[in-house]
Amino acid sequence: MARIRVQTGDFDIGAEFAALAAGRTDIGGIGCFVGTVRNNALDQSVAAMTLEHYPAMTERAIARITDEAERRWDLLGCTVIHRVGRLVAGDNIVLVLAAAAHRQPALDATAFLIDWLKTKAPFWKKEEFIDGAAAWVEARDADDAAAARW
Amino acid sequence: MPDAGTPLTILYFAWLRERTGTAEEHVSPPDDVQTVGDLVSWLAGRSPGHANAFANRRTIRCAVNQDFADPSAPVRPGDEVAFFPPVTGG
Repeated sequence: MARIRVQTGDFDIGAEFAALAAGRTDIGGIGCFVGTVRNNALDQSVAAMTLEHYPAMTERAIARITDEAERRWDLLGCTVIHRVGRLVAGDNIVLVLAAAAHRQPALDATAFLIDWLKTKAPFWKKEEFIDGAAAWVEARDADDAAAARW
Repeated sequence: MPDAGTPLTILYFAWLRERTGTAEEHVSPPDDVQTVGDLVSWLAGRSPGHANAFANRRTIRCAVNQDFADPSAPVRPGDEVAFFPPVTGG
């Protein structure tokens, strides 16, 4: 059963690891991806970004993605936490954890989850540059290609 | 089932919200608006901001009742129809 949260506050990676593994001894590996706010984009310096989402749809869209991961791999649990609101450079944005008996399904499912999250969950980023300008991030063909490889 | 007088709820996100100047509106389009594509054409006529928001349809995505939907998808009274750019989370 996937653990899914959308929240403004930060997440504690260690606590999420512990919660995923609590009470079980059948897990052989946990894949982990943490997305963070990078301080540059398209040769401009990024000070912060605001993440907007579609509250009525977001958790359901993420659940569809985790359901698909659980269908494709024999997972022993997974966690997706996505932050929304205003975040500054260096802040955490998203956490993906996938637990399995062996490393390959754990690592593959982790990559799958973040690739699909980037193209199939209703979030939008607006970047604020250090000169005060702001712009919506445009979807990248490379992200579509990454999602399509699965 | 909602009757034909039940309005549609339209939601806008990201730059569609900025260009239309609204996050949510309730509309009752004429009977010949049957699909998402029809609805886009009709909404584009509501204001200069709407026309600007819908100017390039290739850059717009849609969800009907919280599920991604194509321009050919039907819209019915009472539906929640959301318009937004391609997603950029993660």
